[in-house]
Amino acid sequence: MRNALAADRSYPTGTRKERKLWKAAHLPFYLMILPGFLYFIVFKYVPMFGLLISFQRYDPFVGILDSPWVGLDNFRRLFSEQDFPLLLKNTFTFALLDICLFFPAPIVLALLLNEVRLKPFRNAVQTILYAPHFISWVVIVSLTMTLFNSQDGIVNQWLSSAGLGTIDLFTKPEWLKPMWLLQNIWQGVGWGSILYLATIASIDPALYEAAKSDGAGRFRQIWHITLPGIRYVIVVLFILRLGNFMEIGFEHIFLLQNPLNVEASDVFDTFVYRTGILQRDYSYSAVVGLFKSLVGLVLVLGANKLARKFGEEGVY
Amino acid sequence: MSKQATAKPVSDGRAFDIVVNVLAVLVILVVLYPLIFVVSASFSDPAKVLGGEVWLLPKGFTFEAYENILHNGKIWTGYRNTIFYAAAGTFINMIMTVLAAYPLSRPDLPGRKFLMVLITLTMFFSGGLIPTYMLVKNLGMVDTAWALLVPGAIATYNLIVMRTYFQNSIPWELQEAAHMDGCSNWRLLWSIILPLSKPILAVMVLFYAVGHWNSFFNALIYIRQESLYPLQLVLREILMISQSAAVDATVGIEDKILLAESIKYAVIIVSSLPVLVMYPFVQRHFVKGVMIGSVKG
Repeated sequence: MRNALAADRSYPTGTRKERKLWKAAHLPFYLMILPGFLYFIVFKYVPMFGLLISFQRYDPFVGILDSPWVGLDNFRRLFSEQDFPLLLKNTFTFALLDICLFFPAPIVLALLLNEVRLKPFRNAVQTILYAPHFISWVVIVSLTMTLFNSQDGIVNQWLSSAGLGTIDLFTKPEWLKPMWLLQNIWQGVGWGSILYLATIASIDPALYEAAKSDGAGRFRQIWHITLPGIRYVIVVLFILRLGNFMEIGFEHIFLLQNPLNVEASDVFDTFVYRTGILQRDYSYSAVVGLFKSLVGLVLVLGANKLARKFGEEGVY
Repeated sequence: MSKQATAKPVSDGRAFDIVVNVLAVLVILVVLYPLIFVVSASFSDPAKVLGGEVWLLPKGFTFEAYENILHNGKIWTGYRNTIFYAAAGTFINMIMTVLAAYPLSRPDLPGRKFLMVLITLTMFFSGGLIPTYMLVKNLGMVDTAWALLVPGAIATYNLIVMRTYFQNSIPWELQEAAHMDGCSNWRLLWSIILPLSKPILAVMVLFYAVGHWNSFFNALIYIRQESLYPLQLVLREILMISQSAAVDATVGIEDKILLAESIKYAVIIVSSLPVLVMYPFVQRHFVKGVMIGSVKG
């Protein structure tokens, strides 16, 4: 029925009148979509063509059409850049930390919350754990600064009164990545668990009953019923995350960065910001952005292929 | 192992429940403690906070910090600007997203496939920061409110979620019936589709509004004039000034630090409250919003 109707209206047939009718039926839809269409062309596709400046020595005063072309010079400069290995290393470290340690956190939390039997308590926990998702990075970062301030931060006061010394979170580069990871977990773990909890809720209770009568304890029920029940969701989210491998949260890292920890916090995004926006080296920073986008694209395609290989339906 | 479990099937239940509940309480404490500390510190005498006396309940109870905020013109300007950006921005977001999502949800729209590919592609490849910045600059939007409202008018992900919702949750037969009765397409959208989509609309408004409320990076690169600063930029100035002062101690900055110390907790509360108050009302729709997003489009 659906297909028949759809087909019916999809093809303008012979006569003039019918064609006119067809237009009348579809015109409003094209009008509706027009602003969105223009938006995508102007704000998504025009910047893609703007990437052409990667192959130029772009001069804002003469414009993109008249700026001199330099071939791959900007790429050569990037790969011979002194900081390039550092940027690559930091970006990948952040991404790997995120995938290996942040990604599983919501799964563990969902499994834990699912075992909380008291409904009102469980709902309260969920409501509280979602809240940090709505707190801005500016607030989270400055709150951390306050709590860990080396002289008067409350946490450091406890630590030093317990004779454990202080933690200089913001001045020691080695603390940067753990702090980044923990803040991510603090902010996102509750929110990330929503989908898993919803999926767990849709698992057939009869399975648990059957397992119980077979004598399976709670751990075995988790292992044999709950986890397989959310396996598909885990795989899909994992692939999506792999596809966004290079997206590691610019605002967050930018806020954490300071001159003392730059060796640990400098990533492609912050480098682009510095060279492009602050130093106005447009062509060069565009190349860095392009490089990052290309690596990301390869990873998306790779992740999807991987998923198909493992017998899961591809995500895209 | 399995035989043991068969032998005493229920006996591990008790201990297991206790461990689970203790862990849940621990997780809550970790998430909640910083927030409780901020609330208490905001009502406390700054000297006592600095001295480390405040750790759970306010000490030297006072509204002074909040009174100071009342007199801080910068914060009010930021607040006013952010309310405007969030309201106008979300309004634009919703109009654009709904108007684009609905036609794309119609299986009978010629060219739908092409449009979807055009849109989905932008999720995998983008021009990136610099070309976008140049575009916004060339459009003359730098240092105007437009730079914060227009370049992010549609979040591609939200658009796809909304399209999927329209497509899967609203019976096609209903739309056909309305069409047969002579209902125009605009009316169909306004009087039938939208009222049936309230949950997803609520979630989208929340996502977009929170995004505007919390974002600071766009303002950082596009806005120079202080009178246009959104709240998050003002916050960053107030809250992080002591941090930068630790790095380069300049004379004259001391007063600012003292002021920042005395109001920073209250500023955090005042700036985060609207969002935190808003979200429980929409919370019951979250699951739906997040679930739809994961359905293959």
